[in-house]
Amino acid sequence: MQSKNNKGWYLLFTAPLLLIFITVVVIPFIIGIYYSFFKWDGIAANPKVFVGFDNFIKLFGDTRFLESTWKTTLFTILAVISVNIVGLVFALLVTSKLRTSNAARTMVFMPYLIGGLILGYIWQFVFLDVFTLIGEVTGLENVFFNWLIDMDFALYALVFVFTWQMAGYIMIIYIAGIQSIPNDVMEASMIDGASWWQRLKNITFPLLMPAFTISLFLTLSSAFKIYDVNLSLTGGGPANSTEMFAMNIYNEIFGYGNYGYGQAKAIIFFFIVAGITLTQVYITKKREVEM
Amino acid sequence: MKKVNKFIKELLLLIAALFFLSPIYIIIVNSFKNRQELYENVLALPEEFSFQYYIEAMEKMNFLNALGNSLYITIVSVLIIVILSSMTAWMLARTDNKLSKIIFMVFIATMLIPFQTLMMPLMQFMSTITNTLHIPMINTREGLIFMHIGFSSSISVFLYHGFVKSIPITLEEAATIDGASKFGVFWRIIFPILKPITVTVMILNVINIWNDYLLPSLTLTDKGLRTIPLSTFYFFGEFTIQWNLAMAGLMLTIIPVVIFYILAQKHIIKGIGEGAVK
Repeated sequence: MQSKNNKGWYLLFTAPLLLIFITVVVIPFIIGIYYSFFKWDGIAANPKVFVGFDNFIKLFGDTRFLESTWKTTLFTILAVISVNIVGLVFALLVTSKLRTSNAARTMVFMPYLIGGLILGYIWQFVFLDVFTLIGEVTGLENVFFNWLIDMDFALYALVFVFTWQMAGYIMIIYIAGIQSIPNDVMEASMIDGASWWQRLKNITFPLLMPAFTISLFLTLSSAFKIYDVNLSLTGGGPANSTEMFAMNIYNEIFGYGNYGYGQAKAIIFFFIVAGITLTQVYITKKREVEM
Repeated sequence: MKKVNKFIKELLLLIAALFFLSPIYIIIVNSFKNRQELYENVLALPEEFSFQYYIEAMEKMNFLNALGNSLYITIVSVLIIVILSSMTAWMLARTDNKLSKIIFMVFIATMLIPFQTLMMPLMQFMSTITNTLHIPMINTREGLIFMHIGFSSSISVFLYHGFVKSIPITLEEAATIDGASKFGVFWRIIFPILKPITVTVMILNVINIWNDYLLPSLTLTDKGLRTIPLSTFYFFGEFTIQWNLAMAGLMLTIIPVVIFYILAQKHIIKGIGEGAVK
């Protein structure tokens, strides 16, 4: 009686969310794997032709896809470095007991809340009009011009805006990490005459390892999956030079109507994202234990 | 010497922070300028403050309607997420058997799936439900809410699960002996204790759902259903290069976010920190 009753409660508490979760996430994931073995244009009336692993084999000869993979990798590397440096520097400044700390923290965090799509539009204007103006006034036209029309600089523009969006968020994580470092360790090292740099290198950084793990994990996966900023800032241009992975998949499926092939890309995308994040967490966790 | 050093640091930090916000300044000043004034100097203050472009942008974006849609979708989604995921997480954490472990593992594992992997099959499946079961999942705000709940469930269950584990079980046992049902125990005793993590779950989901563009763009086709990111996207598609109007439009979309930030700053920063660390 008691156990039957408990089963009823278990069902009542978990079933509603599980039903929604399975409908929205689990079933589409399974159907998605199925679709990736077919050639189909997305029109229900047209036949789905089973092609086995052809879609996956085709990927290796798709230069636009390979180019997009390379660009996404490059973007991710640059973005992870830049976001973490800016975030960490702000965190170190904000926690050094300055009067402007609170105001600065508030300001730096603000962009994260605005959302990628709108940030992209804001910066489109900044690159278009403000950068060109600064270039004209200062004469540094090699640096300050509309980055969005240059194939290489458009990628840097993406890194720049992504940093602007994420640095405040990462800063918050580093602040939490810095604040958890015990005060007496710092004081002891100061009495021993350790310099600012020695303290940073030998105490702060090692004790910040958990915060590094989280920050790297978050920036890595969100940089690799970038879509909104990509769409509104560059739209993939000029000449597809900034078409990141996520956008390439979207265009393949909904732009060109290659549903099966696009889904095969999406499955590969999943494996890469899962692979990167798991490896990264594994490596940094291991280093945390060692120290 | 030390004082000078500190002063320089203060100044540097302030300048850096202001530089960070400078694009916002640029949108504000240019949203008030006419076309000619805008091209003369994009950094200068406007000569007069006229709200002409705000009114125009509001009409063209159908702003109030989009604001209403965004508010409705975000609030309803977040409330249901909080209720369902806290119940689920509590049950999973307190029932120590294989099934609970498997369900929890599936929730965690799916956090690795990018949205792009699911979007096409999800849309296919949702249209199938719409066509065969006649439940309107596509092109309705309620259908979108349903999908938002599904996508938010992993992270929310994960956060609640971790928190429940830290609550001593003796409290619940005492109440159970006193004859309270599971339902009563959860809502009267557990849910109030969960408050700090509920705030975190709410904040994280509000930010994600409010700013989401891709999922609404795939499900909502009616103009009248557009959320703020969607109407911004179409607004830019139709009226680009009229930058003063565009700036006013962008300002409009930022204002609700700024209000939210001012009202809940402490919770947001704490919530973000905790949400990430777990």
